[in-house]
Amino acid sequence: MPNVIAKLDGVSLSYGDRNVLRNCSMDIYEGVITCIIGMSGAGKSTILRLLDGLRKPELGHVYVRGEDICHMRESELIEMRTKIGFAFQFAALFDSMTVGDNVALPLREHTSLTEDEIREVVIHTLDSVGLAHTYDNMPSELSGGMLKRAGFARAVVTNPDLVLYDEPTTGLDPIVTHLLTDTIKRLRQQLNATAVVISHDLQSIYMMADYVAMLFEGAIIEYGTVEDIQKSVNPIVQQFLTGSEVGPIPI
Amino acid sequence: MSQALNDSETPNPAEAVERASLGALTQIGRKVNSFFDYIGGITALAGETASTIGKLRIRFAETVNQCYLLGYQSLIIVLLTSLFTGMVFSLESAVQAVQYGFGGFVGGIVSYTNVRELGPMLTAVVVAGRVCAAIAAELGSMVVTEQVEALQSLGLAPVRFLVVPRVLALMIMLPLLTVFADVIGVMGGEWIAHAQAHIAYNDFMSSARQTIGFEDVVKGLFKSVIFGIIIALVGAYQGLTTTGGAAGVGKSTTSAVVICIILIFIVNFMMSYFLYGGG
Repeated sequence: MPNVIAKLDGVSLSYGDRNVLRNCSMDIYEGVITCIIGMSGAGKSTILRLLDGLRKPELGHVYVRGEDICHMRESELIEMRTKIGFAFQFAALFDSMTVGDNVALPLREHTSLTEDEIREVVIHTLDSVGLAHTYDNMPSELSGGMLKRAGFARAVVTNPDLVLYDEPTTGLDPIVTHLLTDTIKRLRQQLNATAVVISHDLQSIYMMADYVAMLFEGAIIEYGTVEDIQKSVNPIVQQFLTGSEVGPIPI
Repeated sequence: MSQALNDSETPNPAEAVERASLGALTQIGRKVNSFFDYIGGITALAGETASTIGKLRIRFAETVNQCYLLGYQSLIIVLLTSLFTGMVFSLESAVQAVQYGFGGFVGGIVSYTNVRELGPMLTAVVVAGRVCAAIAAELGSMVVTEQVEALQSLGLAPVRFLVVPRVLALMIMLPLLTVFADVIGVMGGEWIAHAQAHIAYNDFMSSARQTIGFEDVVKGLFKSVIFGIIIALVGAYQGLTTTGGAAGVGKSTTSAVVICIILIFIVNFMMSYFLYGGG
């Protein structure tokens, strides 16, 4: 087993009256791609936000590189986040900046590189996701798939050791989905980083995942390799994988 | 059977009154709670903004950009409202003043009210209508499209990035706009006083000079600085606490303008009371 880079330990969190996570625990292994699957609204994206310190659990602890981030001050969280990349579901590029400026932003803020060096790094990073030609474009000029790739570029431009992808392939056609899945795999190899991916797309999960965790009713009910998950005898997992309407998952 | 069931479901009058009272108390409790939540939230935002400015962690280029967007682009609307307010004030007062033999005081009255009250407050209200809504809408949209979370995830503080440039821009630009509003308001009043009540330009200006001191101008501008802070903070707070997608953005925008204008009136009264020796 690889080392654990991040860990949820008995985490509970609710939004209003709705309990999203209940005593949820899971380990994120270093240097591999872990995919989290589960029903819509099950709390998958919340797990990513917990790992990035954007949400604090009501109960339990979140550890990143061995440190409990729940009690960190904002300045410590800011420092920690510089080593974590986050690719948002809808890219979340800043509307008022060009794609190049979006990707350059963390470099301008957190490094002492010159403008020429930053430009070089940004073009190289955009090139790695096939978007070098969009440097001067505004986000509104890009397609959905291109936006997501630009979001990937911004997430990885500082060479983070943990990259979080929130539904990177949702709403895209199969070809772009394949392209993005490939990009995630390639970026993980290039950066030698850990990736946590939230996805509903089983084909793309089977293509890229080293480990898969299934979240159901606020807790991880199955965790293992792709093969382990496919062979799981848990009827909830099987119903999810087969997409059947009949089974223990309430619809 | 069904009658019995209905009877058991219907509370007796005493219980109904108790439930209604508890419901009303709960509502009042929630309102009070959300009021103090709001005060606490905006105070925390103000504290973080002040601390960031104090540490000189300022994005100068963005602040200049916001000066242009929030300040310079409000100039025309401020000039128009101040001109017509000065004119209407003079129109209402000049003719009567001349009739009662106080024509020599019209310049003083118009400029006094303009510099001390109307200039700073009207400018603030007009800018609040335009700018507070814009800030709330822009930041609210950034919240619902995850751009604010994206800033945080990049290790950047939203207050430094989004709030500080807007607060500084309005602290600088609102007093400048107020100076223009004061001047154009007095000029409009002077013109109408001359046209309608035949008060000579020289008489109007000499009355104004005798009545208004440098201290009045400075106090008026001090008010503008405070109004600028209120407009930026209320807009930013409403924007950053937006929930519920596009509908939430609309709600935040409306609330921002309403809260901001009410606060401007209240704070204006308090500042006038203390600055001009009301106590």
